[in-house]
Amino acid sequence: MVEIKTADELNKKFLREGMWPTIFCNGCGHGVVLEYTFWALEELGLDMDKVIFASGIGCSSRLPGYINADGLHTTHGRAIAFATGIKAANPDFHVIIFTGDGDCAGIGGNHFIHAARRNIDMTVIMINNFIYGMTGGQLAPTAPLGSIATTAPYGNIEHPFDISNLACALGANYVARWGVSHPYQPIKSIKEGLEKRGFSLLEFLAPCPTAYGRRNKLGDIKKHWAWYDDNTILIEDYEKIMKYGTEEEKAQVKDKIQLGVFQDIQKPGFFESYEKLVDRLREKETKAKEGKK
Amino acid sequence: MIEVKDDWCKGCNICIDRCPVDALEESDNLNRRGVRPPKLKEENECNYCRLCELICPDLAITVIPEEDDKKPVKKTLLTPVGGKLK
Ligand SMILES: Cc1ncc(C[n+]2csc(CCOP(=O)(O)OP(=O)(O)O)c2C)c(N)n1
Ligand code: SF4
Ligand code: SF4
Ligand code: SF4
Ligand SMILES: [Mg+2]
Repeated sequence: MVEIKTADELNKKFLREGMWPTIFCNGCGHGVVLEYTFWALEELGLDMDKVIFASGIGCSSRLPGYINADGLHTTHGRAIAFATGIKAANPDFHVIIFTGDGDCAGIGGNHFIHAARRNIDMTVIMINNFIYGMTGGQLAPTAPLGSIATTAPYGNIEHPFDISNLACALGANYVARWGVSHPYQPIKSIKEGLEKRGFSLLEFLAPCPTAYGRRNKLGDIKKHWAWYDDNTILIEDYEKIMKYGTEEEKAQVKDKIQLGVFQDIQKPGFFESYEKLVDRLREKETKAKEGKK
Repeated sequence: MIEVKDDWCKGCNICIDRCPVDALEESDNLNRRGVRPPKLKEENECNYCRLCELICPDLAITVIPEEDDKKPVKKTLLTPVGGKLK
């Protein structure tokens, strides 16, 4: 295998020719998540004939269309259900789901909950831009309190979903949240998520200058991207400050969104347990038959 | 060397803004979207850290290190800084 060193070579391998450039707006964070995923796939050296992508509906859900690999662009919120089907049909495939906060935490919430609970082998990459970008900016269930959306013109009064926290509570094997502006940790984290058997969630906080930033007066693209640096904190730093910091330091970080790896465990995945179950029943059946002879 | 696919660039200027050594600027040519893709400044301290390549949302940049031209790597913007109190 030729070792890929530059972005140009990477793009030649992974991008679906003719689809690029994207339909995404100027300054949208989705493309960055795609690039991080490419590097993770390349570094792992996965056979792309064994990787299948699935997505629902939304700007984020268009990502598989740009990848030179098999993919299913399904109905809104249902990508995880389709992906479960792919995995059931052939557990040898790596299944990666690109989904948005609306797609995954909103309309697809129940699919997400149960896939995480059942620990289905898949990697869910949820791009959280706090908004329904594609349809023009309706309020997403992940939007911070006070956010302005077309359906929340006076500011959001609903408490946001912390989807990473939820996935941890459901016992998902791997859960991490990252931003898009610092490349190395997220790439490493996607690799870990892909290698993990069972359910992994990678949540990305991504700027949507058009539907979220503009409406919430977060300034131009530069300022909007900077918002994520100013309002996030690494979980390790957060915990240290909360334990040893002064009151002033604690007050400074207490409302920041935490980034990092939140859960990294190894419970048996659904299909692992299922295989064992089938083996056990087969054995029982053969024993019963032998008994009759 | 920095290669930019002019027609892929949408002009967000994130690369210019985030370069840790301020090595990039808008070029003089307009692409077909009417934006000015980035280029290296005439005088620059680019150390091929590849941050611009990795965070370009439109995958328009490729960084090709010049082997014989070693410069000190400044990694300030490569790790999340949100937690560090300013
Ligand atoms: C069943 C159904 N209901 C509603 C819609 C309209 N719709 C399309 S995309 C979308 C929201 C997508 O939001 P998100 O998943 O956050 O993606 P983003 O565009 O923000 O990346 C909605 C409500 C639809 N396509 N199908
Ligand atoms: S509407 Fe938002 S999420 Fe959709 S492409 Fe534009 S910036 Fe990206
Ligand atoms: S980050 Fe990419 S799209 Fe944005 S200005 Fe630079 S080259 Fe153009
Ligand atoms: S490679 Fe690094 S130093 Fe060079 S232009 Fe890009 S961001 Fe700046
Ligand atoms: Mg969204």
